[in-house]
Amino acid sequence: MKAMASATTDRYHFGSLDSSAKNREKVREATFGYDQPEGIILTSLDYAINWARKSSVWPMTFGLACCAIEMMSMGGARFDIARFGAEVFRPSPRQSDLMVIAGRVSQKMAPVIRRLYEQMPEPKWVISMGACATSGGVFNNYALVQGVNQVIPVDVYVPGCPPRPEQLIYAITLLQEKIQNERGSFKRVLNLE
Amino acid sequence: MTSPYPFASIFGILIVALSLSAALIWVERRLLALWQDRYGPNRAGPFGLLQVLADMIKIFAKEDWIPPFADKAVFVIAPAIIMVTVLLSFAVLPIAPGIIVADLNIGLLFFLGMSSLGVYSIVLAGWSSGNKYSLLGGLRAAAQMMSYEVFMGMSLMGVVLLAGSFNLTTIVEAQSKLWFVIPQFLGFILFLIAGVAEARRLPFDLPEAEAELVAGFHSEYSGMKFGMFFVGEYLGITLISAMIAVLFFGGWMGPWLPPIVWFFIKVFAFLCFFILLRASLPRLRFDQLMSLGWKVMFPLALANLVVTGAIVTVFK
Repeated sequence: MKAMASATTDRYHFGSLDSSAKNREKVREATFGYDQPEGIILTSLDYAINWARKSSVWPMTFGLACCAIEMMSMGGARFDIARFGAEVFRPSPRQSDLMVIAGRVSQKMAPVIRRLYEQMPEPKWVISMGACATSGGVFNNYALVQGVNQVIPVDVYVPGCPPRPEQLIYAITLLQEKIQNERGSFKRVLNLE
Repeated sequence: MTSPYPFASIFGILIVALSLSAALIWVERRLLALWQDRYGPNRAGPFGLLQVLADMIKIFAKEDWIPPFADKAVFVIAPAIIMVTVLLSFAVLPIAPGIIVADLNIGLLFFLGMSSLGVYSIVLAGWSSGNKYSLLGGLRAAAQMMSYEVFMGMSLMGVVLLAGSFNLTTIVEAQSKLWFVIPQFLGFILFLIAGVAEARRLPFDLPEAEAELVAGFHSEYSGMKFGMFFVGEYLGITLISAMIAVLFFGGWMGPWLPPIVWFFIKVFAFLCFFILLRASLPRLRFDQLMSLGWKVMFPLALANLVVTGAIVTVFK
C-alpha cells in the first residue's frame, strides 16, 4: 500500500513540473527500490483488475453545493465523462465506486457523508472537489467542517471555486492513474491479504 | 417438434442471448451518447467495445455484501429468479426454422407465464432487503406487473386468433403473406407499451425510480448480485424485442438475406427503439401509470379482442 501511494502520488511529493518518468526515478531513489514487481502472474492479474476498475469508475449521485452543478455538467454533452466510462451515476452507495464531495461540508452533513462512505463496498475512492470540501474555502466559521478529510479519507483534491468540469475530469484521470498503479488488488479480491 | 440439434440450440441460444444483452449495455451507452450529442465510452478498447468487459470484471471484483438486516436466503435467491425466468422464455423463441430449444404448442402462454414469474424476483428483492425504499420499489413492481400483465396477454389474443395457434413457430409461419403488425396495429402498440412496462424501462421504470427511491428494489444489492439484476434487465429487453419481432413482424421472414439475419435485424431495430425511448421520455408518476394501464390500455385491448374476434368469425 505504501509503495503504491509513493509511485502514484509522486507528482505531489516532488512537484508536477518534471515528467512522471523522472519522478519515478526519484521515487525509486527515495524508497530504495521498494516497489519491485511481485511476479508475472500476480502483476498481470492485478493489471487486468486495475484496468477494469479504472475503466468503470461509477460515481455516486451525490452533490452538496454549487460544485455539484459543475459535476453535473461534467456528465453533459460538452465535457462528457462517459468517454472514460464514468458516466454511470449510481443512486445507491452500494453500487458506486467513487464519491465526489462536491461542495461545502456542514457539521450536520458530516455524519451523513461518513455513513454514505461506509455504505459503499470496497474498493472505493473519494474526490474532494473544490476549495470548500478541501479546506473549508471562504467559509471559515462554526457551521462548516474545514476539509472533508477530517471525516473520510480523500484520494484526489481538486482546487477551484468551483473547479471547471475539465478540472474534475483531470482529477478522474489522476484517480485512474492511481487505480492502475495499485498493487495486490487481485489478492485482495480473493481475501488473501 | 424440437430442434434437430438440441444441445447446439440450447448452448447457441444461451450464449447468443447472454452476449447480446451484455453487448447491449455498450450499445445503449453509445446510442444514448449519440442522441445526447456526446461521444460515449471510447477509451476502453476500440470504440469503447471493452467497456462491458471492464464493467463486468469490476462488478465481479467488487465487495459482495449482504446486509445483516436482510433475509439472507431470499436476498441471495432473488437475483437468480430474474435470470432463470428470462432465460427460460428464450427457450420457446423461434429464431429461424429449426433453431429453437423447445417448440411448445403453448409457447406464447409459456412466455407470458415466465414473464409474470419474473416479477417475484423484484418483489422478493424489495422485501428481503429490509429497507423501506427497496420495499416501496418491490410493491410498485408488483402493482405495475399486475396491471400490465393483464392487457399484455389481451393484446396478444388478436394475434392468436389470426394465427389460430399459441405455437410461436406457427404464428411466424402464418405471417408469410402479411405481417401481423398491419391487421393488429392496435395490438402491436398495446404490446409495445406493455413490453416497456414489463422490462421496467424508462417511461415505466417506477420500481427503480432513482429520483424517489434511492435505487428502488436493488438499493441494497452490490457486486455481482446487482450485476445479475443489471444483465437481467437487458436480457428482458432483448426478450421483449424478440417477441415483438416474432409476433408482429414476421420473425425470420424477409427477402434475400438468410432468416437468422432478418431475425437479428428486427430484434436490433426494437432494441434501438427501446434505447431511444429512454433517451427521450421522462418517467411517469405512479398514479398516471396505473390509470393509463387500467383506464386506457385495458379497455382498448378488450375492444381490439372483440373486433378481431368478430372479423375472424365473419370471414371464416
